[in-house]
Amino acid sequence: MKIALGPVLTCWEKAHLDAFYAAASTWPVDIVYLGEVVCSRRHEYRLADWIDAADALAAAGKEVVLSAQALMESESDLKTLRRIVANGRYMVEANDMGAVHLLADHAPFVAGPHLNVYNTPTLSLLSSLGAVRWVPPVEMTQASLAAILAHAPAGLATEVFAWGRLPLAFSARCFTARHYDLPKDDCRFVCVAHPDGLTLATKDGEPFLVLNGIQTQSHRVHSLVAALPDLARLGVDALRVSPQAGHTGEIVAALRAALDGRIAPSAAEATMAALSPAPPCNGYWHDRPGLDYVTDAIPA
Amino acid sequence: MTASRRVELVCPAGTLPALKAAVDHGADCVYMGLKNETNARNFAGLNFDAKAAAEGLRYAHARGAQVLLALNTYPQPAAFSRWTEALDFAADLGFDAVIVADPGLMRYAVERHPSLRLHLSVQASATTHEAINFYVRRFGIRRAVLPRVLSLAQVEHVVGHAECEIESFGFGSLCVMVEGRCALSSYTTGEGPNTVGACSPAKAVRWETTPRGLEVRLNGVLLDRYADNEAAGYPTLCKGRFAVGDATYYAIEEPTSLNTMEILPQLVRMGIAAIKIEGRQRSPAYVATVTRVWRAAIDACTADPDTFTARDAWMHELAGVSEGRQTTLGAYHRPWK
Repeated sequence: MKIALGPVLTCWEKAHLDAFYAAASTWPVDIVYLGEVVCSRRHEYRLADWIDAADALAAAGKEVVLSAQALMESESDLKTLRRIVANGRYMVEANDMGAVHLLADHAPFVAGPHLNVYNTPTLSLLSSLGAVRWVPPVEMTQASLAAILAHAPAGLATEVFAWGRLPLAFSARCFTARHYDLPKDDCRFVCVAHPDGLTLATKDGEPFLVLNGIQTQSHRVHSLVAALPDLARLGVDALRVSPQAGHTGEIVAALRAALDGRIAPSAAEATMAALSPAPPCNGYWHDRPGLDYVTDAIPA
Repeated sequence: MTASRRVELVCPAGTLPALKAAVDHGADCVYMGLKNETNARNFAGLNFDAKAAAEGLRYAHARGAQVLLALNTYPQPAAFSRWTEALDFAADLGFDAVIVADPGLMRYAVERHPSLRLHLSVQASATTHEAINFYVRRFGIRRAVLPRVLSLAQVEHVVGHAECEIESFGFGSLCVMVEGRCALSSYTTGEGPNTVGACSPAKAVRWETTPRGLEVRLNGVLLDRYADNEAAGYPTLCKGRFAVGDATYYAIEEPTSLNTMEILPQLVRMGIAAIKIEGRQRSPAYVATVTRVWRAAIDACTADPDTFTARDAWMHELAGVSEGRQTTLGAYHRPWK
């Protein structure tokens, strides 16, 4: 099974991104997704910087995919999208149907996790339009994925979001700017001070969600590492690791070791969890609330 | 799509009495759902069985109103036929259109019921003309309902470039998240809008009086704690009070309703085809009030958009039935973001 490094969802300084992708070229990852998926105001990397990173990673032997923004609002957003679609070198991950519209019958693409593909007829449609890989919505259960893959179109690869804080919601409103009592249009890029997002806790002090600009993430770190045997049996082709501000390289290495059978999935998960900013969860996979952590699942 | 075209008023019908209230008070269209997970208001005690749907259709059609069926959740693989059967039902019974979000279901509709009119649900999260035109070209959708995330200028841009009619929300509870792109409820409770048509489901809600105040939890997660002098609203999880850094506040959204009546002339001039009222979960009295007020406003605005103002009496009545008793222009008004 391949490892895919997902797009950086939080806002990092340019130097952080430079160092991260320089290091990633040496990590045991097969696919790297690049680009700004969350907020059009973030410009630490501009498209030219993303292309430079793409060229360096491709030269290091990685398959590079350019991820498109998930929530498109303005004509300016669409202009950026058209430039990404027309890049001429790298495959594009569509994260809304506008991107699918521009890519369909034009270039092969990845159907990203924000497209709401919940059933085989929709997946078959996207495959017929040129999707060569798809990422199910993060809330998909193992049972639903199995049912879809039982009748999936031939030649379509499946990548599952397997590690990282869950991208749960998008809004027109910037919650980070709201926290600082700043208007979104004059946000002063305060999210760059929160490279792992801004924790939102309940009134009784339980961390619950993470604010990441217009995106809301889970506080807990979603982990399907314990489900590696199930993922392999279902024929999943790639596992997505969502970057975090630190230790992503060690996390990827532990996952690779588990995939290669050098360490047990449970040991890998323990290693990865110790390097993460929050405890794990895996409820979605088990048809439970996403924040649950099921440890007693009996391997079939 | 000219500015002089009459804007349709599309009103919610969670029950047969609500449907009749909407029709009697001037709705051009009513929309309803069936009693299962095929629609995004899959709440206990709500929605229509086959008999009630048929009666609702007869009642509305006899009075010149159209009826739309919301099939706007995403069909789940183990039960895809539940959605296709609902679609067959809509075509057979003579609904004027179905409101759909899932491309697989749209393809089925086009193949089996080519004359059935398709409206793109807000749950499809189509926020640009490129996204909307995907559905127009592939499935011939005739109208798209815009998510409540765009500014007025952005809505105008979409109206000018989309190859179908545009319907926008006028009034009702406000989703602060993009519709169709929110998994907060499923993350917390296991049930969410996309898969089962539920948000913050009542069965997961627990109220408890404690020494620190009235607490409300959603599957154990504390959404808010109220002091004795505070009114408690329905516990939608994005409208709770949470701690971020040192501040405890409505970190995501206040309990408030969307009300776009102030900008109705701009919406009419730019060529919006229809104004949608949210609230299938609300009472027939709510539907009657909101429909009557919006009917009067749309008629006044159509007659003379240049002199139209949102009358105090209308705004007062709408505020009276609003969540949190307050209203906002939401994303239409830039500072809200």
